[in-house]
Amino acid sequence: MATAPVPPAAQPERENYLNKHYGVGSWLFTTDHKRIALLYLLSITFFFFIGGFFALLIRLELLTPGGDLVQADTYNKLFTQHGQVMVFFFLIPSIPAVLGNFLVPMMVGAKDLAFPRINLLSWYLYIIGGIMMLHCMLTGGVDTGWTFYVPFSTAFSNTKVIEAGLAIFVAGFSSILTGLNFIVTIHRMRAPGMTWSRLPLFIWAHYATSIIQVLGTPVIAITLVLVVAERALHLGIFDPKLGGDPLLFQHLFWFYSHPAVYIMILPSMGVVTEIIACFSRKRIFGYSFVAFSSIAIAVFGFLVWAHHMFVAGISVYAALVFSLLSYAVAVPSAVKVFNWTATLYKGSIHYDAPMLYAFGFLGLFTIGGLTGLFLACLGVDMHVHDTYFVIAHFHYIMVGGALMGYLGGMHFWWPKISGRLYPEGWARLAALIVFIGFNLTFFPQFILGYLGMPRRYYQYPPEFQVLNVLSTAGATVLGIGYLLPMIYFLWSMRYGKPAPDNPWNAAGLEWKTQSPPTTFNFEEEPVVTWEAYNYEELDAPHKEEVPVAR
Amino acid sequence: MFDNFPLWPDRASTAAGNVDALFIFLLIVSGLMTLLIFVAVVYFSARYRNRQGVPAEQIEGSTPLELTWSIIPLFVFMVIFAWGAVVYFKSRTPPRDSTEVYVVAKQWMWKLEHAEGQREINELHVPVGRDVKLIMTSQDVIHSFFVPAFRMKQDVLPGRYTVAWFRAIKPGTYHLFCTQYCGTQHSGMIGSIIVMEPAQYEAWMSGGSTGPLSATGEKIFGELGCSTCHRSDSQGRGPNLQGVFGKPVQLEDGRIVTADENYIRECILDPGARRVKGFQPIMPTFQGLVSDEQVNALVAYVKSLAKPGEGGVKPAAAVPVNSAANHSSANQAAAEGSQVNP
Amino acid sequence: MHDSSTAAVPAAGHGEAHNPALLHHFVDEQQQRDASNFGMWIFLATEVMFFGGLFCAYLIYRRWYFGDFAAASKSIDALLGGTNTAVLICSSLTVVLAIWAAQTSRRALLIGTLILTMLFGLTFLGIKGKEYKDKFDEHHVPGASFSFDHVSIPGHPDQYANPRHAEIFFALYFIMTGLHALHMIIGLGIFTWLLWMAWKGRFTPEYHTPLEIGGLYWHFVDIVWIYLFPLLYLIDRHP
Repeated sequence: MATAPVPPAAQPERENYLNKHYGVGSWLFTTDHKRIALLYLLSITFFFFIGGFFALLIRLELLTPGGDLVQADTYNKLFTQHGQVMVFFFLIPSIPAVLGNFLVPMMVGAKDLAFPRINLLSWYLYIIGGIMMLHCMLTGGVDTGWTFYVPFSTAFSNTKVIEAGLAIFVAGFSSILTGLNFIVTIHRMRAPGMTWSRLPLFIWAHYATSIIQVLGTPVIAITLVLVVAERALHLGIFDPKLGGDPLLFQHLFWFYSHPAVYIMILPSMGVVTEIIACFSRKRIFGYSFVAFSSIAIAVFGFLVWAHHMFVAGISVYAALVFSLLSYAVAVPSAVKVFNWTATLYKGSIHYDAPMLYAFGFLGLFTIGGLTGLFLACLGVDMHVHDTYFVIAHFHYIMVGGALMGYLGGMHFWWPKISGRLYPEGWARLAALIVFIGFNLTFFPQFILGYLGMPRRYYQYPPEFQVLNVLSTAGATVLGIGYLLPMIYFLWSMRYGKPAPDNPWNAAGLEWKTQSPPTTFNFEEEPVVTWEAYNYEELDAPHKEEVPVAR
Repeated sequence: MFDNFPLWPDRASTAAGNVDALFIFLLIVSGLMTLLIFVAVVYFSARYRNRQGVPAEQIEGSTPLELTWSIIPLFVFMVIFAWGAVVYFKSRTPPRDSTEVYVVAKQWMWKLEHAEGQREINELHVPVGRDVKLIMTSQDVIHSFFVPAFRMKQDVLPGRYTVAWFRAIKPGTYHLFCTQYCGTQHSGMIGSIIVMEPAQYEAWMSGGSTGPLSATGEKIFGELGCSTCHRSDSQGRGPNLQGVFGKPVQLEDGRIVTADENYIRECILDPGARRVKGFQPIMPTFQGLVSDEQVNALVAYVKSLAKPGEGGVKPAAAVPVNSAANHSSANQAAAEGSQVNP
Repeated sequence: MHDSSTAAVPAAGHGEAHNPALLHHFVDEQQQRDASNFGMWIFLATEVMFFGGLFCAYLIYRRWYFGDFAAASKSIDALLGGTNTAVLICSSLTVVLAIWAAQTSRRALLIGTLILTMLFGLTFLGIKGKEYKDKFDEHHVPGASFSFDHVSIPGHPDQYANPRHAEIFFALYFIMTGLHALHMIIGLGIFTWLLWMAWKGRFTPEYHTPLEIGGLYWHFVDIVWIYLFPLLYLIDRHP
């Protein structure tokens, strides 16, 4: 049970993971999963700014039909690097490396992850990959598109393909090690009484994500090795003039990159589940279905990669199979949306900022997911593949879905992470601005795509201009929406009200720790004798709840 | 819609209507689903907002409900899948007797050559109501031939042919975009499809050509010495090519393949890859000795060769240009798609 | 999963004697051992996927260019490859013996088998080096000086292999065996460290987890070779 409300200001600052040791060395050589989470937080925020800056330039260029802001080659580098930075250096690590690292051990009742030193290693690998990528961008950049299609990337591009490929290769190992750590932690380090069916769905989501990270990332790693080898040594594995097949690259690339999108969305789904349960004050509707749907998405996600290749030259029969399987993978996602909605029924709903982000997620992920049905449909994909329709679709899921979930989670757990409360009024405003700005940016792009505006174009026919201008206007609003939390989170670290240990009276072992937690999380190993999402007990007034270990 | 602010692309081909109908169906289904979720979320969050003394009701779940909302969407998805598959299948199956146009994509332009011989750069003139089949390859990187008004798109690959087809239904000029990123001037690799009334098209056609593509091919065939081995009798050291196009061929290792455009192209550029049974492996490769356009001409020539008595087009320029569209039954096999490697 | 039959356990301070190798975030040695083993198995799964991409590319091109691949395969020395296979299998045996030695406190055997394992590994790398040198001398290394003219396809003396397709074989050969050799080198590094720990007496019958997980890694590298050898060296060979 949350500690009895004591006016936080009256408490002297308790020892916690932030103030236990000081000095740069204590951070750079830490093995505390919470500190590593913060190291990641700083790094991914940095890369978010860079990727966002590229996006700003892209949208500015697209204000006019002509190519007048930057040169063609520069534009090609902008969208390539926007994609690479956002996918590999922001989205894929984001929730797992920040919120996952912070919360997974606490949620299962452990003192740390299974392999704390490997956790630190994974951050260093991320940083090394990031530095390599920065160096690549500063010394010429890369212009192949984040998808690196051959033979352009192996035999025609004049940019730093090898360096970019190696940077992503290194960062990929960061992702693999994080996933490995989570899987072992969840299997082997659960506290007594924490059975699989008592785990928070955040953990189920991260478990599924980790499976994908561990099994999928090595494939892109080897694919990049082949691209680098081919480019450096002129081998011929992908070059038709030498007997190779460019489509082999696409199969290998998408075999990872499709499951990768589930790496990006599943953790966010986990966050949203926790938020909706807390702010409806009830257990998630259909716990087992939500848990197993995460696993189903992870498994089916590996079977659909060639839906990115319907017009690439694969056979009609292959296309039929992949289209069918793509519809199969849509079902578990739909099931989750229904379960979240059903959780609201007969709940007791609060509208705090995390919940607003969760609502935003519901709407935007629904639209993004439904437009996935359009793309899985062979007859429609023929027309909209490689157009702005696809761009709109994946931004709805990755920005409208994953990023909203990330922001919602940051707000929800901020009191735990920092020991401070963020300003609620500003947070609600920011959520609203993000929602409006997002829709204004990306909804017009669906229309642009159906009209036929291709991707990766820096000049376009004049009749597409109005929609492009709307989109750029939205991007400006969206940018403001993102800046606000960065400002007030920083502000709150100094001036925010000190947070109680469980400000939301939320369920979950992490809320039984201090805010901020001590280095080893729990005074004594917890013994779990209650089900997950025990909101009935938490909200029951004046009742002594289920005995807990103290 | 509005002149400078369209919200829907032109519908200029037979496929466009089918794709649009499917798209609108998807819009309706998605719209309904979005509305449903939206209304439910708004209603529940208002109706069940937190109130003093009214706790939430803990509901574990409902397996019948879960099954319902898994199976019904799955069923709807299957309908969408099936409809989409039918539209797609039709789009990837060019009709027999399509007029053929050879397309060579290169950074950063489209080179097109009609079977009758007309060459175009970044433009394609076609008559209304005629089935046009594009046989496409790239000289360098992967490009993609995209005509939004026709709802038609097909990636163009180096090293092999890919095929697309359309039948235009409305005269006009329509955008042609390259839609597979291909380098610096990717967004400049655009052009127009100009659909004309049949009479205007005839007039345009007669405005100069170098003769049918197959005649060019015949010339190259002679110049490169192909006829030395590929004689039109059984005495040659290479297979007789009369009537071979579109027919099954038995290979050295026992497999049977169809002699489609990709196979003919491969035989010219990589003769040992799939050798015909019963012949010595002595054909030299012409990789690097012939351009993509020349290969196209040779393929067109081989297509035009029919067994004596079977009819079909003789590759002479004297034949009226219209009938260049009516090749022999060889086109039927070509219609089954010429992707060799799944 | 940690044994849950006990009630709240006291803090894992230093109230009880434990192996200095026990890390403090683990509840007990059993948990640490289980976690380490499980972690290594997952890592090996990632390695399977890593090599898997190469095997996939290999299988596709082998199907398309079987004759050319057979010709290229014939030109690499199956005797050397076979010897290497035997060497690796023996090294896996010595690894198993090392673990048994640790389990039964046989220090001399432990150190001896670890050293033997590393010697086998070095032998493997030496033979590999000789093979690479042979390929270099024969101009079979992909790149500017590659040549593979007038090599007939096994079983079809009248037909020459296509040099470009053979070059793909050799590209895959070098990448696959090179990646494998890199893993061997890393394995030797790991075993150097294990040898040092064994020398220092860190392993006991109760605690030899590093040996176990190092052994798992070594066995994996061995198994990859057991797949590589027939696929690369024995295409269409007849006695």
